[in-house]
Amino acid sequence: MIATSTRPLLQVNHLCVDYLTDRGPVRAVDRVSLEVNKGEFLGIVGESGCGKSTLLFAIARLLSAPAEISSGEVWFTGHDMVSMDEDELRHLRWRDYSVVMQSAMNALNPVMTIAEQLADAVGAHQSMPPSQLRARSRELMRLVGIDPEHLHSYPHQLSGGMRQRAMIAMALALTPDLVIMDEPTSALDVVAQRSLMLKIKQLQREFGFATIFVTHDMSLVSHFSDRLAVMYAGQVVEIGPTRDVFADPKHPYTVGLMRSFPSISGPRQPLAGIAGSPPDLGHPPSGCRFHPRCPQVFERCAKEEPAFYTREQDLVRCFLFDR
Amino acid sequence: MSYLIRRLEFFFITLWAALTINFILPRIMPGNPAQAMIVRFHGRVSPEAVKAIEVAFGLHSNESIFQQYLEYLRNTLTGNFGTSVTFFPVPVGDVIRQGLPWTLGLVGMATIIAFVLGTLLGMLSAWRRGGFFDAVLPPVFIVISAFPYFWLGLLVLLAFALTLGWFPLGFAYDLTDSINLSWSFAGQVIWHGFLPALTIVVTSIGGWILTMRNTMITTLAEDYVKMARAKGLSPIRIMLMYAGRNAILPNLTGFAMSLGFVISGAILVEIVFNYPGLGFTLLQAVHSEDYALMQTLFLMLTTAVLVAVLAADLLTALLDPRTREQA
Amino acid sequence: MAVRVVTDHVSVETAVVSRRGIAGTIARALTANRKAMAGLVLFGFFLVVAVLAPVIAPYDPHALQFGQMLQPSGAHLLGTTGTGQDIFSQLVFGTRESLLIALAAGLGATVISVVVGVSAAYMGGLWDHVLNLFTDVFLVLPTLPLMIIVGTYLNNRGLLVLVAVIVITGWSYGARQLRSQALSLRNREFLEAARARGERSLYIIVFEVLPNMTSLIVAIFFGAALYAVLAAAGLQFIGLGDPNSLSWGTMLYWAQANGALLAGSPVWVLAPGLCIAALGAAFALINYAFDEIGNPALRPVRRRK
Repeated sequence: MIATSTRPLLQVNHLCVDYLTDRGPVRAVDRVSLEVNKGEFLGIVGESGCGKSTLLFAIARLLSAPAEISSGEVWFTGHDMVSMDEDELRHLRWRDYSVVMQSAMNALNPVMTIAEQLADAVGAHQSMPPSQLRARSRELMRLVGIDPEHLHSYPHQLSGGMRQRAMIAMALALTPDLVIMDEPTSALDVVAQRSLMLKIKQLQREFGFATIFVTHDMSLVSHFSDRLAVMYAGQVVEIGPTRDVFADPKHPYTVGLMRSFPSISGPRQPLAGIAGSPPDLGHPPSGCRFHPRCPQVFERCAKEEPAFYTREQDLVRCFLFDR
Repeated sequence: MSYLIRRLEFFFITLWAALTINFILPRIMPGNPAQAMIVRFHGRVSPEAVKAIEVAFGLHSNESIFQQYLEYLRNTLTGNFGTSVTFFPVPVGDVIRQGLPWTLGLVGMATIIAFVLGTLLGMLSAWRRGGFFDAVLPPVFIVISAFPYFWLGLLVLLAFALTLGWFPLGFAYDLTDSINLSWSFAGQVIWHGFLPALTIVVTSIGGWILTMRNTMITTLAEDYVKMARAKGLSPIRIMLMYAGRNAILPNLTGFAMSLGFVISGAILVEIVFNYPGLGFTLLQAVHSEDYALMQTLFLMLTTAVLVAVLAADLLTALLDPRTREQA
Repeated sequence: MAVRVVTDHVSVETAVVSRRGIAGTIARALTANRKAMAGLVLFGFFLVVAVLAPVIAPYDPHALQFGQMLQPSGAHLLGTTGTGQDIFSQLVFGTRESLLIALAAGLGATVISVVVGVSAAYMGGLWDHVLNLFTDVFLVLPTLPLMIIVGTYLNNRGLLVLVAVIVITGWSYGARQLRSQALSLRNREFLEAARARGERSLYIIVFEVLPNMTSLIVAIFFGAALYAVLAAAGLQFIGLGDPNSLSWGTMLYWAQANGALLAGSPVWVLAPGLCIAALGAAFALINYAFDEIGNPALRPVRRRK
């Protein structure tokens, strides 16, 4: 475990999320454990379908049927979120942690103005006189780089980048300790992506909130995250400081991922993908879930499930590192 | 803006279609309304009455079809609908004017109640999936909405009026009284109108509950509803402002367009309860082959529905900021 | 008449179904759906009664030999009419005509809906706009008054006229839904593949698109049949059907004409009405079941234990 002097802000222990289908429960998140410290930027990367978004919504207690948390704990500010009911959760929501979603066009109510939606978020937890609310709204807009005039616009009247920033402004309205972001840049073009990431990082330094940032774009997040977690088939396979994971990937899947992203600088290499395709979560492979596709597979991999093994500051779920 | 223009286009085209149908029908159907009237009255019809019928249908055999059409349009749009055969020699317009307030009142009231109640119940049923409302309401209302309006009316009549004697057997007010503006009269109207209104509400509400429930279920899966939950908003606020307000939008115009069906059913209910509205008038017109009256009623009812549709369109534009900007 | 609210059918991405697999998928989906089973059983019941009418009915429905307005008894299960006919026998035989009207009108309306709706989606442009307007106009016009007028004009009150009138007023609802779904299918990849293979448009429409709209078409058929049952009943009740024919609606007409309700023979009114309601309910249930098949989100949520 990574040694910290203070208790982590968020601690997830063996969290499992199942989708209840007609064919029986399908485990989308399998015994995931991780922690996030105060002010830390944790990136979670993985392919589509690896369960990262499900994990995120499970932590935020925003899952809807047929998905449900089947076991595990999520400790946040001293509360186990899994055992809390909606009424108790409401006190934490937005005040202590907030959420930014992938597509602002879908995440913003189309029939309310930005100002009204901001007011909603604030008004649910504090009563503020209207003039103060207006001032705060304008301040938030300026913070994310939007002209406060747009407060009175409807979501469809704003550009994609502006909508995304408006969402972030909303997420920060009550200065939460943790902001959970589900691929907030995926819907944007490359230039807007980078500018948004810089803005997020700047705000993070200013307000000191922690972030869990889920994305499939490894190269983007690695420039900004403090720690990186790699997910595959519903499990975390590697987690550690970004520098280590990025520069020296250990798990064969992480290695494969690194080789799949061409680098603009650096020597020209032939693009290697990862052979095979992600497993059917209804019938995951025996033992290590990655073993059918692993170039370094050996006998033990198909028989036992690997635990986390430590290598320097990284945790790797691979028998190669079992000493 | 272009949204409204399209809706107005629809309004006028449908109105024109109804007018034209009224014009074409007597010409392509076997029989001649003017002749029918003459036969009915065994030739003892005044020339003015025959003229009036011809005016209503634009049946001037010595003019070209196009001129007849224009003549007909001119007459109709100025309220000259001809003379009623059933209530000879009362002009059609007057006959309609008598029955109109009763039908408007009954159908209007019943529809508003059914709409409001149906929308709320539909919302609730979708909100609490797996709850009582969701399990019981849909199948129950699917079955009920399949009942013929008039049969339900007969049942209701049998149960509450004949057997239990709680309500009168029909008509709109006590026949020993006359129309006046007193509390007792108002009370009578409500008492007499209760069963027919109940019939209309019960039969029409099912469709609205189900439709609202369906759109609500789709809306509840949207990201902005999840976002509202994430913000910790109260469930009622989420249900009404985030889900409900968006779910109802695609349905508003649809609700108004269904009025055609509701009116059709209401006509039958009026007949069952001898309610002195336009439905009853239509029945009498049928029995006397009073084409002028029938066709004008059709026109009136179509106009009523179209006005409702236009009102719903305006309401949609008001509630949905996106329509105001459509290219 | 049932209120069917007009909305754009929520087009859900249905899996591309192979032609051979359609019947199997539908059969499996139906048996799993309780509403569908209930509706089918009811419908089947009426079918059986219609076919076996001569066997089930105790008397000739037209026979005038019994006492008038008799109360239900052992000899006459539902009593007799004002002219001395056995109500139960009439009810049984009336099933045939009522069922025939419903299915024939339902089929006719569905065929027109498919043709108009799908061609509007495919031809696009001005044609689409015109057909759309055409559909909407018919949708909005109050159908009963229109049917009454046409029915009165056409003094030949045969079955064909009744069916025709119902078809003319009943196709528009389905056309709207079909167009909406056809539009959503139009740009799917498998159609691009067919076009790339050089198939003609008509072929594509009939063999690639329609099979994927099967559940909607069936839903619309039952919706149209429901409309037909109620419309026919309404028209016959008022006296616009052929009063000498034998169907549930005409029974109601005669019952009302004889003041059955007030004269103490409510069964004469209630029995045919109940059958109409039951057949209508059967169609409504099957129709809704197909809606659920097409849109899984609507299916009943199983409560967690």
